[in-house]
Amino acid sequence: MSAVRTATRSVGELLVTAGLVLLLFVSYQLVWTNFEANRAQDGVSDQIRDDWQRPAASGQTGETGEVGRLTDFGKGFAFMHIPRLGRSYSVPVVEGVALDDLAKGIGHYPKTVLPGEVGNFAVAGHRATHGEPFAYLDEVRKGDAVVVETQEEWFVYVIDRTRIVQPTDTWVIAPVPGRPDAVPTERLITLTTCNPRWASTERLIVWGHLESRRSKAAGRPAELRADA
Amino acid sequence: MYAWIWRHLPGPVPIRIVLATAIVAAVVLLLFTQVFPWAEQSLPFLKVTVDE
Repeated sequence: MSAVRTATRSVGELLVTAGLVLLLFVSYQLVWTNFEANRAQDGVSDQIRDDWQRPAASGQTGETGEVGRLTDFGKGFAFMHIPRLGRSYSVPVVEGVALDDLAKGIGHYPKTVLPGEVGNFAVAGHRATHGEPFAYLDEVRKGDAVVVETQEEWFVYVIDRTRIVQPTDTWVIAPVPGRPDAVPTERLITLTTCNPRWASTERLIVWGHLESRRSKAAGRPAELRADA
Repeated sequence: MYAWIWRHLPGPVPIRIVLATAIVAAVVLLLFTQVFPWAEQSLPFLKVTVDE
């Protein structure tokens, strides 16, 4: 009888422990990863502002349209502002789309051009957990502004369309999306994230084109001003 | 299991409480820094890029 009781109690304790561990895992996902990501984003934001105190970095002065110029993965080089996602929405953009890079902000696909250049400036961001900068990317509509702030310029992109594709559809970040061999003439932006938010069997894609650019000295673009 | 651990902790009750708390904290730390980051890679939330 005592052996049965011991066994029953052990199984019960194991089940309770498993339940507690699962609860902890949920708190890790929903709270802790966002806490860590926000801390990492603050660090990257500071790093970008420090870098901008100095003259333009050599990595950004290469031939326009050349890809793979930024080799410092995980390093921030821009801020992305999306007024539709909040007036103060401002997330650092880092080089690379590996998990380590995406843990610090929005990640730039290394094989795509830099902001404002002819071709496709493509980025990826988490939609659930780890800071989730693109949690509500599905609310972005045609005509919305996406402003990319670099050391010297504001680049105002305007959204043209959104689409849900398969995870293997790499054509969406081609210089001319959907036409792999075409020579780009336009300055485009592509945002990718997972879809559905908590399942990720597909990808949500948002495309836009460069509408205007403005030097930093000229002040914030109208799209980001409080009275806009 | 928990009763067994409690019986095998040394010292009087206050010391055992401190030790038990330390063990719980160590386990939670291990989970958050090692086990959960590993486990979440098999969940879909991290897959946000298009690739081959």
